[in-house]
Amino acid sequence: MKTLTLAWTYLWSRPLAAALNLLLLSLGLASITFLLLVSHQLDKAFERDLQGIDLVVGAKGSPMQLILSGVFHIDVPPGNVPLKAVLELQKHPLVAQVIPLSLGDSFQSFRIVGSSHDYITHYRAQLAQGLLWTQPMQVVLGAIAARKLGVAVGQTFVGSHGLAAGGQAHGQNFYTVVGILAPSGSVLDRLILTDSASVWKVHEAHGKAEEEGEEHLLEQREVTLALLRYKTPLAAMSFPRYINSQTGMQAAAPALEITRLLSMLGLGTDVLRAFAGVLLLTAGLSVFIALWSAVRERRGDLALLRMLGAPPIKLAALLLLEALWLGLLAAALGLLAGQGMATALGWLLRLDNSLLVGGMVWPPTLCLVPAMALGVSMLAALLPALGAYRVSVLELLQGR
Amino acid sequence: MICTQGLSYHYAGGATLRFPDVAVAQGATLLLSGPSGCGKSTWLALMAGLVRPTSGRLVVAGQVLNDLDSVATDAWRASVIGFLPQTLHLSAALSVRQNLALAQWASGLAEDQSAIDTALAALGVAELASRKPAQLSGGQAQRVALARAVLRKPKVILADEPSASLDDEAAADAVALLLATARSQSATLVIATHDARVAAALKADAAASADLQCLQLLRCLP
Repeated sequence: MKTLTLAWTYLWSRPLAAALNLLLLSLGLASITFLLLVSHQLDKAFERDLQGIDLVVGAKGSPMQLILSGVFHIDVPPGNVPLKAVLELQKHPLVAQVIPLSLGDSFQSFRIVGSSHDYITHYRAQLAQGLLWTQPMQVVLGAIAARKLGVAVGQTFVGSHGLAAGGQAHGQNFYTVVGILAPSGSVLDRLILTDSASVWKVHEAHGKAEEEGEEHLLEQREVTLALLRYKTPLAAMSFPRYINSQTGMQAAAPALEITRLLSMLGLGTDVLRAFAGVLLLTAGLSVFIALWSAVRERRGDLALLRMLGAPPIKLAALLLLEALWLGLLAAALGLLAGQGMATALGWLLRLDNSLLVGGMVWPPTLCLVPAMALGVSMLAALLPALGAYRVSVLELLQGR
Repeated sequence: MICTQGLSYHYAGGATLRFPDVAVAQGATLLLSGPSGCGKSTWLALMAGLVRPTSGRLVVAGQVLNDLDSVATDAWRASVIGFLPQTLHLSAALSVRQNLALAQWASGLAEDQSAIDTALAALGVAELASRKPAQLSGGQAQRVALARAVLRKPKVILADEPSASLDDEAAADAVALLLATARSQSATLVIATHDARVAAALKADAAASADLQCLQLLRCLP
């Protein structure tokens, strides 16, 4: 008989206690799996969407709002800035690239973003169908947006005012779908992209252009914000201060704001982490109590095993293996349950097209989960194993 | 074969037990008797190498136990001593067959089903192999425990109060079974008991009474 099989048999000789301990351990481990998954995916999403964006320039207001609305498209923008001021930035010697974005409209709660082709190239997105826009009022859909809207190339739709569903429709201005992007995992997946000029066209009074002339119109045109890339990292020292003090605009550095955001979220994750820790601790104690009483119950059996020639270390190993089985089972169940919870969260969140979280992702940090499972169960088994190690055969003989 | 000289055992902070010398030939029977608390259990523990004598020399089955370290003693005990405890301690979670396999596991042997079958058949309980201990009668359980004790064909069989809680007939049967088993294995049999029926049963057996030795332990005062 193998020690592993024997430990397994002993574990399930008390099915209720074993199942209860398994449940407790799995719950703790599932919470930890869930936390690890969510923080890993948020980090990755931030990293992916922020890649190559050194600075976001927009209207005065909250810098966090500027980043959330301009980069992640999960907040409303603070306001608009003159197109002219943004174009000026392009000429600044420290700036490598400026991508202007115009927000304000949406279609069935998917945002319509006016920009240039640079925005698509920036995220290295590829076309799955059709072409990029060549003139105003043509749009390219992100992969998720296209799937959820069920719109195909060649179809037309009317955008509505505002970023939430239910805004006033822009009556006679039809957008035509000319292309659909392949999934890139970036924020583009859930956007509707078009030329900046489309947004101007929709919002400017009809016929105004002819009346006042192109020159005058350029003066008046606005964009919501601009994504900037520096020529040199040294620009981070002086450029934001220049924007904030010398122009009427605001500069927000995504790296700084995200650090701030994460430290704010940090409190929430700390609470969850503490909760998971308490669960694990409870589970550990419960395993300890179960094994401890198992040793007391089986004292005679253990003593007899000594009598039959088992060295003390073998009895201790038997107890440890029993805990090991429990730990292994709990790790497997906990990982699965955690993935399930992340999948459920992803499913809930994708309904309103916000952050990208899902299950069935296996980042290397998940190794922590089985490690913790084994650590907790081994720790819980330590004293009981010592009890088994020290079991006295004389007591068996004396019939106590 | 058991041979002791000047054996004593000192309990930490308690009494010192001194045991009379014995010399039991291989295959003979020793009746260890005396009231409870006189040191029968301690004597058995000494024979099995579970505790070390405070003084004196102890030779069991040709092995000077004083010379062995604890790891070697465990291995020695597994191969030489067969033990029938008063409380049988058949593991309730395991079947009869698995309980015997457990003995092989404890002594570090590979599982040997044919040895298990032989041992069970020798004691007439082969058909109970797949039952759980809870499904056995008292007599059947004792036979299974004895099968477990003699699984490795030990040179010495130690039986602790084998007649406790048995009626007269069953007690006589138990002694007869022990004698028959020990004889078939040419093992030295030690029966520790305070039950007069056991002594009577041993003396009634002609072959056993021929080489029967009695070791009477007296109550010792602290």
